[in-house]
Amino acid sequence: MIAPIASVMFLGLVLGLILGYAAKVFHVEGDALVEELIELMPGTNCGQCSFPGCSGAANAIARGEASVDCCPGGGRALAEAIAAKMGVSLGAGGKADSGPKLAQVAEHLCIGCARCFKVCPTDAVIGAAKQIHGVLHGACTGCGSCEKECPTGAIGLEPVPLTLRDWNWTKPALAG
Amino acid sequence: MGLRELLNGVRWGVHPHDDHKRPAADVPLRVMPLPERLCVPLLQHVGAPALPVVAVGERVLRGQLIAAAQGSVSAPVHAPSSGVISAIGEVTAPHPSGLPFAAITIALDGKDEAGDALAPHADPFSLSPAEVSQRIADAGIVGLGGATFPSAPKAQLGLKLAVHTLIINGGECEPYLSSDDSLMRVRADEVIDGVRILMHATGATKALVGIEDNKPEATAAMRRAAEGFAAIEIRPVPARYPMGSDRQLVQVLTGKEVPSGARTASIGVLVNNVSTCAAIHRAVRAGEPLYRRIVTVNGGAVAQPGNVLAPIGVLIEDLLAFVGLKEAPARLVMGGPMMGIALPHAQVPTVKGCGGILALTANEITDVAPSACIRCGSCVKACPMGLLPLELSAHIQAGEYDKAEAKGLDDCLACGCCAYVCPSHVPLVQSFYHAKGEVWKRAQQKKRTEFTKGLAQARTARLEREARERAEAAARRKAERAAQQAAAAASANTAGGASA
Repeated sequence: MIAPIASVMFLGLVLGLILGYAAKVFHVEGDALVEELIELMPGTNCGQCSFPGCSGAANAIARGEASVDCCPGGGRALAEAIAAKMGVSLGAGGKADSGPKLAQVAEHLCIGCARCFKVCPTDAVIGAAKQIHGVLHGACTGCGSCEKECPTGAIGLEPVPLTLRDWNWTKPALAG
Repeated sequence: MGLRELLNGVRWGVHPHDDHKRPAADVPLRVMPLPERLCVPLLQHVGAPALPVVAVGERVLRGQLIAAAQGSVSAPVHAPSSGVISAIGEVTAPHPSGLPFAAITIALDGKDEAGDALAPHADPFSLSPAEVSQRIADAGIVGLGGATFPSAPKAQLGLKLAVHTLIINGGECEPYLSSDDSLMRVRADEVIDGVRILMHATGATKALVGIEDNKPEATAAMRRAAEGFAAIEIRPVPARYPMGSDRQLVQVLTGKEVPSGARTASIGVLVNNVSTCAAIHRAVRAGEPLYRRIVTVNGGAVAQPGNVLAPIGVLIEDLLAFVGLKEAPARLVMGGPMMGIALPHAQVPTVKGCGGILALTANEITDVAPSACIRCGSCVKACPMGLLPLELSAHIQAGEYDKAEAKGLDDCLACGCCAYVCPSHVPLVQSFYHAKGEVWKRAQQKKRTEFTKGLAQARTARLEREARERAEAAARRKAERAAQQAAAAASANTAGGASA
């Protein structure tokens, strides 16, 4: 009588330990795809995509509720990277890439209200109350959060002028 | 494989039947009279642009420093002749985009007055290698073969990595061009002396001068000049494009292959152009900064093609006016026909790396519409880097830049052999130019994204810290108020107690 009880108890103990160990080792922290998408996103949580931050957008893309080109800050390169990760084709139907845009302050309109730099997700707008603000172009992601805050329309997104450094040949057309 | 390839053992590249180098190469060197103005660009080298040290309206003399080097990889710029600075601003760059870049415009006075040049030194071998490098840096010398990497940091790198052999590039494999050829014929002594100075600066014990076998006059002149210097060896190499590419020349002369993604210094050799060596001789021995160079002006539209000693920053239209035009050129090219830059118009200045200006007629330009790839493999045979141009091109057309990179896009020299031999006129090298730019752009974008991500995280951390500090301050104030009230109540109690 003792022997079968002991052996079944022993078996249960061993299997339980294996299960417990496997649960620890093969633990999945959320959706792996979402994590990978978050890694690709700009991470500024600017909210231009209408989702709650970059992780919200990544979740929505992973569930198929948002298009792969929903991030305006990331531009065409990010859309292509996400499309590759999701295994979908971006196609020509995707949003036309109008080229990079960065925030710019029109000095004659700025009243120094200090509203824009409070919303900037990367602290790219500098200034103080009653002082004309400026934008650090190296830090601006072109998310446009500041544009909505400005009471005088002084801050807005302007296309970045093309320089020798950034210019590139267009992809040559093949026969066909 | 043809007999020629079998005989000379070179199995890559192309051999244009007519290299169009003569008769221009045989015409004696001419000195260009001074034009009315010069536009001297600030970025004529790899690295950071030079910073102007003169103001508009200031009079400058020949050889005077007008823009100083910025950072470790950069080169200063000197005034090619005397005159007044009329503008510091943007002019059209010698670039297919036609975009502007910064330049200093000098209205020349024609007096060509010499300023305080660098100190000449009669015996550079008594200087330390570091001092020689400093003189090379002060003279603004960059690689004149076209790559325009500043020569001083290159020599210092050679010294640091203990290179044993200097490879002197007299290949000049591009058709039409003969500026190095002309230099070696006329100034072989200067080249050889420059090689010796550079050997001293880099610590190299041997120098191999590779000259393509289509330049017998230059080879003979260089042999005469090198007599008595056992460490310098003149080696004719087969005329085959792209022999003037550093990796190919190193392989032919030393038999060693430079590993993918590494510099030539990693196998103990350093490659310098013959024109660079002559410039080093002039800078160190005579104290002459780099403000002029030999430019080949060639092409079917040129009336008197040949080599011209021209100041750097001369406008192409002035240069073409000097040699004369037979007809309006169909295309203007800076550099050779294989790797040169198609110019947007003639109001473009020359730069230090400009060895040739071509004014080509419509007959000299092939503008054939591409047809489908027939998978003949000609491009694979022609590629000097052993790549598969047809596969790279297919990946690029499909937008798979990462796959193109995995198949060696970075190793591509953009020499153009693949597109030259393609019977279907597939734009192969054109695709690689585009893909290299795209890959660079994406890498920049990625760097930027990482940077802004860090900024966003820092901001979030800051906001959280501020909120926490505010909460703590509020809690502290509340506690203080509570303590005050308690104290007040206690004192009221004691007062009450006392009165009771």
